[in-house]
Amino acid sequence: MSGVRLLVGTRKGAFVLTSDGKRQEWDVSGPHFAGWEIYHVKGSPADPDRLYASQSSSWSGQVIQRSDDGGRSWEPVDNKFSYDGVPGTHQWYDGTPHPWEFARVWHLEPSLDDPDTVYAGVEDAGLFKSADGGRSWQELAALRGHDSGPSWQPGAGGMCLHTIILDPATPGRMFAAISAAGAFRSDDAGQSWAPINHGLQSEGIPDPDAEVGHCVHRIAMHPSRPSVLYMQKHWDVMRSDDAGGSWHEISGNLPTDFGFPIDVHAHEPDTVYVVPIKSDAEHFPPDGKLRVYRSRTGGDEWEPLTNGLPQEHCYVNVLRDAMAVDSLDSCGIYFGTTGGQVYASADAGDSWDPIVRDLPAVLSVETQTLP
Amino acid sequence: MIRVVLPAHLRALARIDGEVELDVTGQVTQCSVLDALEERYPMLRGTIRNHDGGKRRAFIRFFACEQDLSHQPPDTPLPDVVAIGAEPYLIIGAMAGG
Repeated sequence: MSGVRLLVGTRKGAFVLTSDGKRQEWDVSGPHFAGWEIYHVKGSPADPDRLYASQSSSWSGQVIQRSDDGGRSWEPVDNKFSYDGVPGTHQWYDGTPHPWEFARVWHLEPSLDDPDTVYAGVEDAGLFKSADGGRSWQELAALRGHDSGPSWQPGAGGMCLHTIILDPATPGRMFAAISAAGAFRSDDAGQSWAPINHGLQSEGIPDPDAEVGHCVHRIAMHPSRPSVLYMQKHWDVMRSDDAGGSWHEISGNLPTDFGFPIDVHAHEPDTVYVVPIKSDAEHFPPDGKLRVYRSRTGGDEWEPLTNGLPQEHCYVNVLRDAMAVDSLDSCGIYFGTTGGQVYASADAGDSWDPIVRDLPAVLSVETQTLP
Repeated sequence: MIRVVLPAHLRALARIDGEVELDVTGQVTQCSVLDALEERYPMLRGTIRNHDGGKRRAFIRFFACEQDLSHQPPDTPLPDVVAIGAEPYLIIGAMAGG
């Protein structure tokens, strides 16, 4: 019988949650790497036993862990992320030039077809690649080297490259998003990059429709329709129908269009999920009610999903990498909160149950649909 | 033989129980001890001192003989009692809340 494995990164370790296809009973293992921040854990689409984890701490910096047996055992691999050449500078909070400094890996994106190839999005914003299972890392420096790079500024959470999407239909096409520089696309496997922010409007920057400088929180794509991208921006939920060439707003009737994660149903490319958050200052759900919003129309028309979610006194946040879907026939959707809950829905969001309630703050959730 | 005590999070990373005992050839300095430590446990590279330039990470401290050696040049000889293993060389994670 098929099953699901959830890979959960938290402030104090990683957890692996597994279930069969019914997704009613869950086995919880962890904490793995106890005491360390686990920004992200993700499995290879080409080999579900191959996992990569980003492990870091303010004491001891970055470690990358790799598993070849689905998370039962782990091996530290290379943790040296050296920017290519002389790193140069970006803008600091006070507007002065600031040298690029590696802080941590926010996101790991394994190749679609090679378990040994994996991309890493890092803070300060840069993109790295390993072609040997994490044993060495090289920067794809053209992104950071874009003409606009020296003008990039960190958001309050740091200048992180948090989203990497590999296009399954167009070889060499990939997308990256950076807070607070915006979205970028490469059509040559990362050798060159162009900003794709036309149509974004951000009141928090001097020129609201500037080519770069937008605080993109997350981008999502359905693999069957890779030209359509959905974006949760700092404010505004956006959609592009031309692979990022232009964006239009689809916030529609959302109670607030601030938020962090956005994801797409595994079998319905027009079914999109967001978690509205009250504001950039109040990082919790409006009215203390935790509601996932679902659009079945590719945006604009949204319905609240509340069955099984707390509808009073709930003041948690859901971070950008903390929502994921499985690809079972009845699409499962999952998200983790800064309060340590991981919620699961086995019916595309109609009803929810907590798998666990008391983990450390959840930083990321990924799924693997197992044979 | 040099005795090295690591903080718990690095013992877990390197799968070490208790103290580490190292043989260091030549002069016993903080640098030569850390070189030997990283040679035996490569996963510790970058977690105590930076990859580039070997600078001590900000929230790591080096103690021995009830002294903070963190700010001494890395090629300063360690006390004789550390060099002969009578006293351990302590690698400490700075106190932090949260």
